[in-house]
Amino acid sequence: MPPPGGPQLTTPRPRSRRRKISNVVATGVIALTFLIALVPLVFLVIYVVQQGSKVISWSFLTDDLPFVDRLPGGGMGPAVVGTLLITGAAALMAIPLGVLGGIYLNEYGGTRPLARLIRFLAEVMTGVPSIVMGLFIYTLVVLNTKEKTGFAGALALACLMLPIVIRTTDQMLSLVPGELREGSYALGSRRVRTIRTVVLPNAAAGIVSGALIAVARAAGETAPLLFTIGIVRETNTSLFHGQNTALSVQIFSNATSPFVPAQDRAWGAALTLIVIVFVFTIMARLVTAFFARRQAA
Amino acid sequence: MPTLVDTTANVIDVTTDVGLPLTGNEVPDTPALEEEPERERELVFELRDLEVKYSGHTAVREVDLDIAAQEITAFIGPSGCGKTTVLRCLNRMHDLTPGAEVIGQVNYHGESLYGSKVDAAEVRRRIGMVFQKPNPFPKTIFDNVAYGPKLNGRKRSEMSDIVEHALTRAALWDEVKDKLKNSGLSLSGGQQQRLCIARALAVEPDVVLMDEPCSALDPIATARIEDLMEELKSEFTIVIVTHNMQQAARTSDRTAFFTAEVDDQGKRVGRLVEYDVTEKLFTAPADARTEGYITGRFG
Repeated sequence: MPPPGGPQLTTPRPRSRRRKISNVVATGVIALTFLIALVPLVFLVIYVVQQGSKVISWSFLTDDLPFVDRLPGGGMGPAVVGTLLITGAAALMAIPLGVLGGIYLNEYGGTRPLARLIRFLAEVMTGVPSIVMGLFIYTLVVLNTKEKTGFAGALALACLMLPIVIRTTDQMLSLVPGELREGSYALGSRRVRTIRTVVLPNAAAGIVSGALIAVARAAGETAPLLFTIGIVRETNTSLFHGQNTALSVQIFSNATSPFVPAQDRAWGAALTLIVIVFVFTIMARLVTAFFARRQAA
Repeated sequence: MPTLVDTTANVIDVTTDVGLPLTGNEVPDTPALEEEPERERELVFELRDLEVKYSGHTAVREVDLDIAAQEITAFIGPSGCGKTTVLRCLNRMHDLTPGAEVIGQVNYHGESLYGSKVDAAEVRRRIGMVFQKPNPFPKTIFDNVAYGPKLNGRKRSEMSDIVEHALTRAALWDEVKDKLKNSGLSLSGGQQQRLCIARALAVEPDVVLMDEPCSALDPIATARIEDLMEELKSEFTIVIVTHNMQQAARTSDRTAFFTAEVDDQGKRVGRLVEYDVTEKLFTAPADARTEGYITGRFG
């Protein structure tokens, strides 16, 4: 309803005041909830850095664990090596498979029943608790080979990463505009060529950062490794022979130990793990930014 | 007056800014065709009783038309009349649309395009396409143009000549020759569309299909593309779909008018109403529906 005497651009006073108040209140509430959400995160990081920095040093990262828990000193060398080795092997298995699976889903499967089934299963698998993945590999691999190995742990982590990689790849590919595919086909390009030269480069940023986030997630997992890799105190660089260890497992076993030196080592391991995960997350960001800049240039 | 008139009126307001005002009795000159109408036309496409269905629903049917070499053929008509659908039959683009089905005969230089041994990718290397929205790849300007020639196995040493030649023919070379390493997306809309034309020309196609190539462009960029079409006509066969009747009148040698009609089942189906020399279709249309559509623009 047009007000008499031409358009009126200012709101009537009382409503204006009410709006201002509710605006201030809402802004305050949002800022407060943000701060509350920040508290545990900041506290956690500060506390881990504080406790972990007591023991951390180059030798902590490379030395073997002491012979028994109650001895002070020693390091997390075997766990650092184990984490990198096992997570790396898991990434080597899960990322290529997952990316190929995602390509199948988006470029070939579409809405076919098989593709729908796989998409649904990937979704379900993302929600499966990680300890179930550990149990699965334990019964399937460890009980059959009668040996806990780094490879068994890598398989469990790969099971965990696979659905994440499949889903991000599928989603990232679906964001590639159809016009680009058509542009490529219209020049006489075939499907594989179009996917390789137009679709994948266009989705690369998202796929790579999705994969790195999956790696970061797997690096921090404890449950799938608990009964698949066993535990050792010396570095084992073999994936397929002998038991292994990882930072997350060492945090678990050292933190629950009654001896103070062991608890200190657990803090050191926690800090190391946080830094490793942090590095992967930063890398994901950098890769995304790199691709984004290259496309815009 | 039907509502169609109102929608097209907007288009005309824009294009008159180009400086090519068309009044009722003013038609672009196509003297060659008018003076020697009996000239032997080499047919590139022959469409016979063409029908396209999307998921079982007919979008367009009973299309019979011949498209000749070295001519510009325009498809005009209201939205939903099937002109783009027919255009996409000409390079088998419908193969990529799930549920699309092409029925009837499409001959290309006398050979059936939909024959069982015909390779759709091979078809599209001969019959290029420019899309409604400029769609350069997120690659460098150079790589955009080189994409097609690379597919055809052209050597890397030839590439810079091919790229320069294609960009020159697309009237873009002078604007981009110093920034071939920049992304194709850094160009303006009109430049992007000319880049897409250069990309299509780089594979030395026989035919260039243009699906409303100017609909996303401003009048100046539109005028440049229209000039370009006129130049390319001597080398290529061009088929253009346009919403803009004046663009068809200005640029084309022959025009096909499509319209959508409600069939006995209450579904809208596109049909070819009239196909003739552009000048004749715009000045003396044989069909009352054509006349209604084109006279709408004159008020």
